[in-house]
Amino acid sequence: MRLTASLPTAVLTAAFALAACSSGSETADSGGSGSAASGDDIVRINLDPYPSTYVPQPSGTTLIRGATVLDGIGGQIENGDVLIEDGRIAAIGTGLDAPEGATIVDGAGRYVTPGIIDIHSHLGAYPSPGVHAHSDGNEATDPVTAEVWVEHSVWPQDPGFAHALAGGVTTLQVLPGSANLFGGRGVILRNVPGRTVQEMKFPDAPYTLKMACGENPSRVYGSRGRSPATDMGNMAGYRAAWLRASDYRDSWHDYWDAAENGEDVDPPTRDLELDTLMGVLDGDILVQMHCYRADQMAQIIDMSHEFGYQVTAFHHAVEAYKIPDLLAENNVCAAVWADWGGFKMEAYDSVRENLALTHANGACAMIHSDDPNGIQRLNQEIAKALADGRRAGLDISEAEAWAWVSSNPANALGIGDETGSLQEGYRADVVLWSGNPYSTYTQADRVWIDGALTYDRSDDSIQPVSDFMLGQPGEGAQ
Amino acid sequence: MKQLISALAVGLAFSVPAAAQTYAVTNGRVVTNTDAGILENATVVIRDGDIVAVAAGAEIPDDATVIDAAGGWVTPGLFAAYSQLGLIEVELEDSTTDAEADDSPFSVALDMADGFNPAGTYIPTSRMEGLTRAAIFPSPGHNIFAGQGALIDTSGDADSLFQSGSFVFVDLSQSGASMAGGSRPAAWAFLDAALTYARGYPGSFSGDHEGDALNRYDAAALLPVARGRMPLVMRVNRAADIRRAIRFQAENAPLHLVILGAAEGWMVADELAASGIPVIMDPLEDLPSSFDSLGSTLENAARLDAAGVSVAFTTAGTADAYFNARLLPQHAGNAVANGMPWDDAFRAITLTPAEIYGLGDRFGALAPGYAGDVVVWDGDPLEVMSAPTAVLIDGEPTELVSRQTELRDRYINITEGTPFAYRH
Repeated sequence: MRLTASLPTAVLTAAFALAACSSGSETADSGGSGSAASGDDIVRINLDPYPSTYVPQPSGTTLIRGATVLDGIGGQIENGDVLIEDGRIAAIGTGLDAPEGATIVDGAGRYVTPGIIDIHSHLGAYPSPGVHAHSDGNEATDPVTAEVWVEHSVWPQDPGFAHALAGGVTTLQVLPGSANLFGGRGVILRNVPGRTVQEMKFPDAPYTLKMACGENPSRVYGSRGRSPATDMGNMAGYRAAWLRASDYRDSWHDYWDAAENGEDVDPPTRDLELDTLMGVLDGDILVQMHCYRADQMAQIIDMSHEFGYQVTAFHHAVEAYKIPDLLAENNVCAAVWADWGGFKMEAYDSVRENLALTHANGACAMIHSDDPNGIQRLNQEIAKALADGRRAGLDISEAEAWAWVSSNPANALGIGDETGSLQEGYRADVVLWSGNPYSTYTQADRVWIDGALTYDRSDDSIQPVSDFMLGQPGEGAQ
Repeated sequence: MKQLISALAVGLAFSVPAAAQTYAVTNGRVVTNTDAGILENATVVIRDGDIVAVAAGAEIPDDATVIDAAGGWVTPGLFAAYSQLGLIEVELEDSTTDAEADDSPFSVALDMADGFNPAGTYIPTSRMEGLTRAAIFPSPGHNIFAGQGALIDTSGDADSLFQSGSFVFVDLSQSGASMAGGSRPAAWAFLDAALTYARGYPGSFSGDHEGDALNRYDAAALLPVARGRMPLVMRVNRAADIRRAIRFQAENAPLHLVILGAAEGWMVADELAASGIPVIMDPLEDLPSSFDSLGSTLENAARLDAAGVSVAFTTAGTADAYFNARLLPQHAGNAVANGMPWDDAFRAITLTPAEIYGLGDRFGALAPGYAGDVVVWDGDPLEVMSAPTAVLIDGEPTELVSRQTELRDRYINITEGTPFAYRH
């Protein structure tokens, strides 16, 4: 996708080098300073020490027939069929033949779409119920905590995952909070029940880094009498960290170059914080940055040029509509709400047309929830954004707008070649809606993840219930 | 951009001086909220601020300005049963908020009428979405009593606060327990003591006695509640707390209770219905967000309604009540999606709130004698893609423009030559 293509050549080369290096990582000593390197003794960094153990649930062959199909990349098929085989989209079209043994689902009067992807969630990190022990999303002890990984906070028993599933969410990015300049690594999850977060991790998805602009870091740390206390302090904090990260990256790359030449060199000392920042500079880790104001986003874009990395997406981006040209030129996406604002000064210029205007003016735009309730109705959120855009005179179709909940977030998470659209060979992450999903009255009737029926509104036995809810007043309340 | 210009032109055409006027809204699907139900292709006639006729084929007076609904829906203006409109501009900037006073020596006596700003920028953004009336609520600060609420319209006019001293708001949920000293028993003891001292005011404050819970100024403010002349809106969510509240009303006649929250209300729906206590709740609140609300479900509204409880909606459980009080139709629409009859869900954002505040014969319905709060919609008002095309308050059309639409219009064409700051 565009994000990768836009990376400077030097960064791409470096990214390739590190990816190649990592192939031998499983047996490598990643402990830092060690013996002199030669040949197989070269110290590598294990890039995937907490690997996904996700296994798709068993699935059969399913043919959904006669529905209105929105493919997530702008296409709409009336009276359309979607064939799911071996967990993948096998065919999409009209009048498809049913393979022997296929389960036939009548889609008449209903809509079929790719599953919803929420690029900004805190499920599991700020789970329900919101008690003190569950406040696991902000390591607000230092403004630079690139060393923390939110997957180490995610509680897989958060009842919110099941509620999001009932709203058609099949993939989500869980992010750390925005108290810090560098909040830590995000994680991309399949929205499937798991005993461990590893069982939910999207296989081979890239890592992401949460960063934050503006009022949150300066308020959190300024109130403690320390830096950052201002916007300029925020910028100084990021830049100082990027300088250290650049040195760190150089030291590792120098080490690997020398070691591969057979020189007798010691590896640098590992630093978890700088490992993550080096991953960004090497193009392996995608920056997902909380930023509201247009002028602040412009500063961040300049900083990304200063240090040679790419901002993948600005999140919240309440003022994206003021700078769609700048976002488009720099291949930076905007992930926004339909109509939130007013809660702080940097959210004061919220307009309901933000998503539609940003999109129509050429930038990559999408919806996000940042909220355990909002994630349940992202179809309604894009419906509002679409309606408001149309009233402002913008010509956007329902098929085109579905990209705001599917292919655009998939691309901004680096998984757009796996999910986010209904194309042959893609993961069969599919929602069957009771009607047009742009209607308030429409509900997700069934949800398939990798071809497995994961949620069925009409069948209690195909609705996940978290451990927490067992024996509680709310068990079965739905 | 043609659509935009024509929408503005309609708005300008309506900007007439406030004076005695007659309007006829024609060619609409009229939701009356009365026994007449929904009238197809009907006309609503408004004269001197009030509705004078609602019928298919109603006679259009010669002097009437006609507003053609063009086949759209015509409804009473929306009434937010719980909002903080005009009290909060930027929530995190204390200098712009007047709902909460942590450091005040007073509690019940805090009167939101003294904080309401009709020029707040969310008044027009709410009006544009069909919201014409709202109750404005204090937030609890340092004790369970947050203060007194008032009723407003969204015209933005100097006299748009049309009733003060409308209710007292008290928090008996887990947050109230925390403010009262750390437990529910502490909160209920405080409430009981406060009500007792208010009932006995001023005699209970004779001599040097300054009261066990409230100072004499707050006790005086609570007196109308103790005498049942002013509703007490109580926040509770847990089923057990709702039962306790029902008992409290029974033990303190003629106390007039309204429950706010009621996340587990469906579990005690029959008891609530028998008590006659109305409920203000958010139909989207479905997560076990605290140990008070483990029984939350999207079907709460439908189950309460089916049991015969009088239900009004708020956005405050899952959104906010100042910037996004305007989302009431979406919340009501989701109640319908989860089993509530459309008529009852629409009533929950119009007539039922008016009834809760004792004004059900004046607001929330389209019938002769009701205020001329009329909204014309381009579709089903509970559909997220619908929006008003005209909003009348007290019989006067209002402009559908706001700070937000001005920002939108400034940046709608990024490549146009005029520098942004000169586009206004």
